[in-house]
Amino acid sequence: MIRLGIPSKGRLMEQTFDWFAARGVTLSRAGSDREYAGRVEGADNVALVLLSAGEIPRELMAGRIHLGVTGTDLIREKLAGWRSHVEELAPMGFGHADLILAVPACWSDCETLDDFATIARDFRAQHGFRLRIATKYHRLVRAWLSDHEVADYQLVDSQGATEGTVANLTAEAIADITSSGETLRANHLKIIGEEPILRSQATLLRSLAAGDEAELRDFAARLGL
Amino acid sequence: MSKRERQAIGQQILAAFRAAGAREVAPDILLEAETLLDLYGEDIRARAYVTQDPIRGEMMLRPDFTVPVVQMHMENGAEPARYCYLGEVFRKQDHGETRPQHPRDNEYLQAGFELFARDPEADAEVFALFHDILAPLRLQASMGDMDLLMDAVRALPLSGARRAALLHHIWRPRRFAKALARFAAPAEARSFPESAAPWTGLRSPAEMQARIDRLRADAAEPPLPPQWVERLERLFAIQAPAPQALRQLRDLAAQIPDIAEAVDRLERNLAALSARGIDVGAIHFDASHGRHTMEYYDGMTFSFAAAGRADWPPVASGGRYDALAAVLGQAQGRSIPAVGGIIRPGLVHELGGLA
Repeated sequence: MIRLGIPSKGRLMEQTFDWFAARGVTLSRAGSDREYAGRVEGADNVALVLLSAGEIPRELMAGRIHLGVTGTDLIREKLAGWRSHVEELAPMGFGHADLILAVPACWSDCETLDDFATIARDFRAQHGFRLRIATKYHRLVRAWLSDHEVADYQLVDSQGATEGTVANLTAEAIADITSSGETLRANHLKIIGEEPILRSQATLLRSLAAGDEAELRDFAARLGL
Repeated sequence: MSKRERQAIGQQILAAFRAAGAREVAPDILLEAETLLDLYGEDIRARAYVTQDPIRGEMMLRPDFTVPVVQMHMENGAEPARYCYLGEVFRKQDHGETRPQHPRDNEYLQAGFELFARDPEADAEVFALFHDILAPLRLQASMGDMDLLMDAVRALPLSGARRAALLHHIWRPRRFAKALARFAAPAEARSFPESAAPWTGLRSPAEMQARIDRLRADAAEPPLPPQWVERLERLFAIQAPAPQALRQLRDLAAQIPDIAEAVDRLERNLAALSARGIDVGAIHFDASHGRHTMEYYDGMTFSFAAAGRADWPPVASGGRYDALAAVLGQAQGRSIPAVGGIIRPGLVHELGGLA
C-alpha cells in the first residue's frame, strides 16, 4: 500500500486534490472536513494521509509515507542533505512563493545585496551589535548569505508576523516567503536583490527510504509522470 | 579507533607543550553564545551546537578553545604566558543538498598551545614547537602572513572608505575581488530616489545620509591604476617554497614599499626557524593561506597537512590573532599579542601516532 501524504488544510489541499483529479485520481476527505482521514478513487493500493505541510518533509525522510506534497522551501529548510532523502517527482504549478530578503522601503540607498552587506557593516559599527534579520528559514537564509559572503548580520527567530518585526524594532530586515508582496508593502518593506533566495512551489516528492518502488512506478505512470 | 588511544596521543602532545613551558588549563565546555556570535558571526551557528539555559541564556558547546583561553588570560594572566589544553570541541556539519557518505566527527579532541607575549620570536617559537612535535609524521607545512596582505591593501592609493572596505572583505575572496574591480573602474554616480514610505526600523535617517554622502564622495574618486591591481594580485598569488617566496616578496616590495616591513619580519621569522634547526625550504609559503582560515588570524598563519588526504582538515593549524586578543581584553583594558595553534590527536592517531 502506497501512503500518500498531503497537506491537511486550506488552498494547498484543495489545489492538490485538483492536481490529482486532473490526472484521473480523485482524492477526498472521509466524512466531515474535521476528520483527518481520506479516500482515494481511481488508483488501487493508495492510502491518503492528511498531514500538516510542515511535517511532510520529516515523514518522507523517515519513510513513513511514500509520496508527499509540500513546498520546496520546507523540504530544503527542514531536511539537511535533502537530495539524499527525497526525489522531486513533479513540480505541481501552484503554491508559488519566493523566499526573499526585505528591508525598510525608506532605505533608498539599499537596492542590491552588496548595498545590504555594506549597510550591515556600518550598522554593526554604529550600534555595537550585528544587524538582525527576522526569519523562520534559518538554514536557507544562512547558507545563502554565506554563499554571497555577507557576514555582519545575525538571525533572530520569528515564527509568524515576521513583517512586523522591523517596526517593532526587534529586527532590521526580514527573510520570509511572499507571493504577492502585499504584506511587505503594508509593512513598508521592500525586496532587495534581483533573484530571490529560493523560488518555491508545491512539489510531489518520493521518499527514498520508503521502498515499494515497483508499486510507486505503476502509480507514477498512472499520473502520467 | 578507540577514545583511549586518541586520549593517549593527546596526552603525549600535551606533555610536549608542558615541556615547552606551558601551563595546562581546562576551559569550560559550555560557553556563552553571545561572545562567540559577536566574534564569529552568524556562520558559527551553522557549525556550533547551541543550547538554551533558562538563566544564563543561549550557550554553545565549545567550538574551539581560543576564545575561552584568551578570556581566562585577560582576567588573571601574567605576561608573558604559555597555556596548553586538551579536550573535546563540538562542531556540527550542516550539509547542503546531499548528505556526505562519511560524515565527519562532530566531537573530536584538540590539543592546543597559546602564547601571549611581546617577544618578536613568538611566531617562530610556536611554529617550531608544532613542527618538532609533528616531525615523525612528515606532514606538509604551509605558512602565510595576513599582515603582509593587509599592509599591501593599506598601501593602495585609495580613499579611507575604499581601503576600509577592502580590509574588511579580505577573508571573503569574491566580495574582495568585486570591490577591487569596482574601485579599478571609473566610479559611477548613483541616484537615491527618496521613498514615499514612512521611516521604519532602528537604522536612522542620519545613518543612511552618512552612507549616501560617502557614496557621493566615492563617485568622485579616480579609478585605482591597473598596475596596483596587478601588484596586489601578484602578491596574493605568491606560492612557493619559503626562501623563493621571500625573494619574490623582496622584488614586489620594490613596487609596494609599504610591505617591506612585513617582508623583513618574515625574513627574521624564517631565519629564526633555521636557527632552530628547521629546513625552511620545505615550508610551503602561500601568501593567501590566511584568507582561507578563521577570520581572526591577522599575522602569521600556518597549517600541517597530511599528503594525499585532500579530504582531511589540516592535522594542525594556527596563527597570530592580535586583534581578537585585543577585542577580548577590552573589558579589562588589556591587550597583548597572541599566537597559538591546535593539533588534532584523532588524525595523528590515524597516521600511526607520534612513535
